[in-house]
Amino acid sequence: MDQNQRIAAYKEYSPRASRLSEEKFLLFLEDITAVFDGFKALDIQALGIEHNELRVIIGPNGAGKTTLCDVVSGKTRPTTGYVFFDGTDITQQTEEEIALRGIGRKFQTPTVFDSLTTYENMELALPDHYHLWPNLFGHTTKAQREHILEILERVGLVDALDLEAKYLSHGQRQWLAISTLILSNPKLLLVDEPAAGLTDAETALTAELLLELKGDHTLIVIEHDMDFVRQLNSFVTVLNEGVIMAEGSMQEVQQNEEVIEAYLGR
Amino acid sequence: MRLKVGSVIFKKTATAESSNGGNAARLQSFRTNGLGLKSQNAQVAATGGWPIFVQRYVPWALLFVGLVMIPLSYYTGLIAIGTVNMLGRYMAFAIVAVGLDLIWGYTGILSLCQSFFFALGGYAMGMYLAHHGGPEGIIDANNWKIPACLYVVYPYKVGEAPGDALVPWFWKPFYTLPVTALLGLLIPGLAALVIGYVGFRSRVRGVYFAILTQAITVAGWLVFCMNNMKLCGTNGLTRFDRIAGFKLANPSVKVSLYILTLLSLVGVYALCRYIVKSRLGRVLIAIRDDETTLRFSGYKPYIYKLFAFVLAGMIAGLGGMLYAPQMGIFTPANMEASASILVVVWVAVGGRGALSGAILGALAVNLLYNFFTSEKDFLLFVWKAEFWQFILGGLFIGVVLLLPGGLIDLWRRLVRAAR
Repeated sequence: MDQNQRIAAYKEYSPRASRLSEEKFLLFLEDITAVFDGFKALDIQALGIEHNELRVIIGPNGAGKTTLCDVVSGKTRPTTGYVFFDGTDITQQTEEEIALRGIGRKFQTPTVFDSLTTYENMELALPDHYHLWPNLFGHTTKAQREHILEILERVGLVDALDLEAKYLSHGQRQWLAISTLILSNPKLLLVDEPAAGLTDAETALTAELLLELKGDHTLIVIEHDMDFVRQLNSFVTVLNEGVIMAEGSMQEVQQNEEVIEAYLGR
Repeated sequence: MRLKVGSVIFKKTATAESSNGGNAARLQSFRTNGLGLKSQNAQVAATGGWPIFVQRYVPWALLFVGLVMIPLSYYTGLIAIGTVNMLGRYMAFAIVAVGLDLIWGYTGILSLCQSFFFALGGYAMGMYLAHHGGPEGIIDANNWKIPACLYVVYPYKVGEAPGDALVPWFWKPFYTLPVTALLGLLIPGLAALVIGYVGFRSRVRGVYFAILTQAITVAGWLVFCMNNMKLCGTNGLTRFDRIAGFKLANPSVKVSLYILTLLSLVGVYALCRYIVKSRLGRVLIAIRDDETTLRFSGYKPYIYKLFAFVLAGMIAGLGGMLYAPQMGIFTPANMEASASILVVVWVAVGGRGALSGAILGALAVNLLYNFFTSEKDFLLFVWKAEFWQFILGGLFIGVVLLLPGGLIDLWRRLVRAAR
């Protein structure tokens, strides 16, 4: 499928034109551009993420992968265009509002709260605990505690339960960031480079975990580690210089001349 | 907690079986007790030893000394009433320090207007005291007695006040003690709400917020210094006489005020401790660590910051209300820029991020101040009060360089070493 066909196929479902969009796509980006100081970091005519899909976005350095995440999560306002999530236009909403609508994000460098222990970091990520008074008077229930332990056991962080996060290794921080994301149970998970700095075994476990989530969550995984992407074996979108270059399965994308050129250089 | 951390690392190097066994037991205890106070108590009981005993009971012993021993030593003639009064004032400062620790130590927001909030509380109480102050003076056309310290702006002789020399309207609510106490908390709280809302909503952070609050303190100071504000200008509120009908000069009243201040300090400490131990406290620490990330988890950091800031402002106001009757005078000097920085010094010296450290710092620095600002005649030279600035500066630099955790950290290290 060439570029124009692909865009036309997406545009049929534009939330501004079609009522069907909401049923098919959880996230829909239309005519998004992000311009920084005259530099066009992102120029996406149309991109849709279906419900319960695992979408991998790959691309060389500076392709606009993280900017795409920033635009979706509200960190960056797009210069033009619209972001629709779950049938609502979230383009102008703040980070908090977008997070409350159900978009969770793991940053490229794992962001955890250094002075809090692993367990406390997890506790902060519990869903529906964003308000002041419940936080002042509320307690974590036994079920929630069990759930936290379950996740930590799964990723092997139980040992570090009461260790302050600043003492965790890079890999452990990466895991903790992913664990808090899983715990907060968002509708859409934006996972920015989950395998960065992990060993092969750890990478394999990450892939396993993301595939497990695939069934009842929608995920966007940003990565440029090709081995990892192969393990995920999912639908791939290739970004290059802010533009979507190709879409398809990993095999299709790997055989695409343009993609090869962009990755290997001219 | 520390000990546990060490043991975790140790277990990893131990044999696999014992490691699993240990972890299983730990997990089991966590499942039933959580990471709360219960498990900590269990840990204390398990490790035992006198240093832990000391660490746990020293605060209670200090409370006993403050509550019982000091009044007792006054009544048995060991210490002068002036000393009790002085300790009372320093405890009022300690209340302010606890408030700053909540907003600075835990939430990471350096506020330089705590002395402004302190002065708002102090002025509220000062106006109440001036209403009931001596000597008997001019009655205005509406039958209100014009407070004696207002004679600066109303330069009339007794009985000669013309019809337009009236007690200003904003003095009137401060005539009764309950209303004064309420306003002394609400006014600083409201001021903090406005400053915080404007600052936090527009995401003013770090050093910019410190500069903003410092500017507000200076502006407040200039306003309170103006004679035509009818707040007695630079002279401040004076001629205090009675509180709730009791003579302020009476030593028993002074002791009562001292005890009231101490109990307020305990109350404020308990309240703040509850907050920092709750889940909300962890949100505050998370704001200190990385506010941006917290926003992406769905929290609205500005609401939490506002909560801590308003509470810290009200706590400072409470400190001011307790300070005014014990000092006997309340002037704009209490909200000078330097006064707001002193609060920061107390908390830094005592230990930022530890509530008990804030109390320790406020008391220690002020007791040192008291000691070093009296002239002492040595054999070869005379110690002058001005030299105190060098001590204060040296103390601040020394603590920041050598003891980043403050005095409280030194104490904790000593206890740990003894264990």
